[in-house]
Amino acid sequence: MPAVTPLDATYIKSSLAHDGLFLPVGPVVYQIRSNLSIVAEGLAKLYADYPRPTTQEFSDHLIAINRQGLLRNLFGSRVNFSYDHKHPFDGMTLGQAYAFLEWGMNWCISVHHNEYLKIHAAVLAKDGKALVMPGAPGAGKSTLSAALMLRGWRLLSDEHALIKLDEPKVVPLCRPVSLKNESIEIIQSFDSNAVFGPASLDTHKGRVAHLKADLHPESHDMNAMQVTRIIFPRFASNAKTSLAPKTRAESFMRAAEQSFNYSTLGKQGFVSMQGLISACECSEFIYSDLDSAVALFEQLDMGTA
Amino acid sequence: MTDTFLLAEVIQKPERLAQLSLSDWNLLIRQARYSGLLGKLYQLTRRFDICSNILDKVEPHLLSTQIIVNKQRDGLRCELVKLPQAFAEVSVPIVLLKGAAYYALELPFSESRMLSDIDLLVPKQALDRVEKVLAKHGWQPQPKDDYDEHYYREWMHEIPPLVHRKRRSVLDVHHTILPPTAKYHPDPKKLMAAARELASGVRVLCPADMVIHSATHLFHEGELEHGLRDLVDIHELLQYFAENEPDFWERLVPRAIELDLLLPLYYGLHYAEAILHTPIPEVTLQQVEAGAPNRFMRSIMDWLFLRALRPAHPSGDLFGTGLARWALYVRSHYLRMPLRLLMPHLVRKAWKKRFKDEKETPNALPEGK
Repeated sequence: MPAVTPLDATYIKSSLAHDGLFLPVGPVVYQIRSNLSIVAEGLAKLYADYPRPTTQEFSDHLIAINRQGLLRNLFGSRVNFSYDHKHPFDGMTLGQAYAFLEWGMNWCISVHHNEYLKIHAAVLAKDGKALVMPGAPGAGKSTLSAALMLRGWRLLSDEHALIKLDEPKVVPLCRPVSLKNESIEIIQSFDSNAVFGPASLDTHKGRVAHLKADLHPESHDMNAMQVTRIIFPRFASNAKTSLAPKTRAESFMRAAEQSFNYSTLGKQGFVSMQGLISACECSEFIYSDLDSAVALFEQLDMGTA
Repeated sequence: MTDTFLLAEVIQKPERLAQLSLSDWNLLIRQARYSGLLGKLYQLTRRFDICSNILDKVEPHLLSTQIIVNKQRDGLRCELVKLPQAFAEVSVPIVLLKGAAYYALELPFSESRMLSDIDLLVPKQALDRVEKVLAKHGWQPQPKDDYDEHYYREWMHEIPPLVHRKRRSVLDVHHTILPPTAKYHPDPKKLMAAARELASGVRVLCPADMVIHSATHLFHEGELEHGLRDLVDIHELLQYFAENEPDFWERLVPRAIELDLLLPLYYGLHYAEAILHTPIPEVTLQQVEAGAPNRFMRSIMDWLFLRALRPAHPSGDLFGTGLARWALYVRSHYLRMPLRLLMPHLVRKAWKKRFKDEKETPNALPEGK
């Protein structure tokens, strides 16, 4: 792989204060502006190994997270997220600022990018092939993805599987894994070297912190990758960790339910989803503890491309 | 005249697209997004050769929007089958207005135009029957309080918007094109008499009326964030009919006089020409001058509209743009209702806005939820 100059903490901090930090994430370039030190620290900690942008003439998403005006600050500092000068959301407290930024970056993908079939899923890869894990709430997909990433899997995305419309390939969008409440401690004890960004307290999801997720040497490779497996995870305490086949029909329906734009894509959505499901081995995965889950995944045959 | 802006330049001279740099495109996409004109950019990129390292970065944004437009058009196609079935039961003709009409007429510019509500014109005496048959077919008024109900029915010219309970499409059923409380009273019977029937059985306004209606709507409109998009509609309609409709220019001004809508037509032609350089015959411009306001009024309106019709993006703003939009917002209400009704109405609207529902949270959930 050709050597790329990475961002570093100094570069990140000085960019934020000026025209904004141009941050390439897969095929997408964010331009981030912020005058908040917590944001600068978080970005410096989690994104220092990301490549520098090839150009500063164009960005896909211009976002900012800044303190709100004086009047609104009468009852404690509030910050707000803007997308190209507009505020899609109400403000949040300063303590939630970093989580707000990461959520905002997710939102940019969720509401744009209809040139892909987008599924709410984690995407991991091994041996040059990808698996997609659609995430129903409570499935524990983030905790599982974090553990797998720490054990050598390449994380392509924590939140969005961007599937090309014309072939069953997924586009990488590697960003920190968002973990909440007890999952934070679980992962800290799973791997004491895990690097976390600033914790946000009192969010509507509880405590949230982000895990640096670009440990794999190919984390920033931009090529789309063949998807060979779709795995629906389900956490069930005291259950025996197991992987069982799932019918294509049911997998199709479940994946469509978890899609951001399946129906927006109309007929193309159906055709693309059909292409994806047909190309993959589909399974239901039940687990009750991380170690046995990771061990089972180690044995997974990722199939032929 | 005030400075032009990039999006206007590109609409005036689309061939400029091939010469734009990546940072020009960066700005252009933002202006277009805020004006609801990304679809138009998509259409234009099909016509001109743009170098691939620029197109690679730019096209995803345009394609993503076109995909949404395609979905909206699919929905409209379905409605244009269902609606005639309902209306046939009460023997009322459907006259489509605005976006739905452009789609039904297969006007080329409609292929990339964002759609929202479906606007229909029906005879006033048929309104009750229409409401009943639509209710029977699943169209329900959106929940509103008594005040809003009164506002819509008594003061404006619409029954409240109807939402289909399963398909979620929205219908705006009109019985006239300006509220009964407005200053001008264009006769809807004249519009319906001149309407043209399409093969599918639905009707659309005749070309002159389509342009006049579009101009009337824009120059009475308060929410001018999409003012530029509406002006582009006028620009496209004029060019299309100039080429495809015999005697279009000869009929336009006399028809506006007949409908008592010469002033809005004046504004429509004047600003389309000024901002988008729409080709309009000198003769027509001279004829429509008869509807122009006095010199003083004209310079005020120029000041207001040349600002308000810029893209709703900071890069498009001139000094006073915010003030211009606010002034025109108030004006639009003044045009719709007399002062004694206007003041309490605006106060109430502002009050409601202050305490409106929370905006969406950042966790945009998948569609299935």
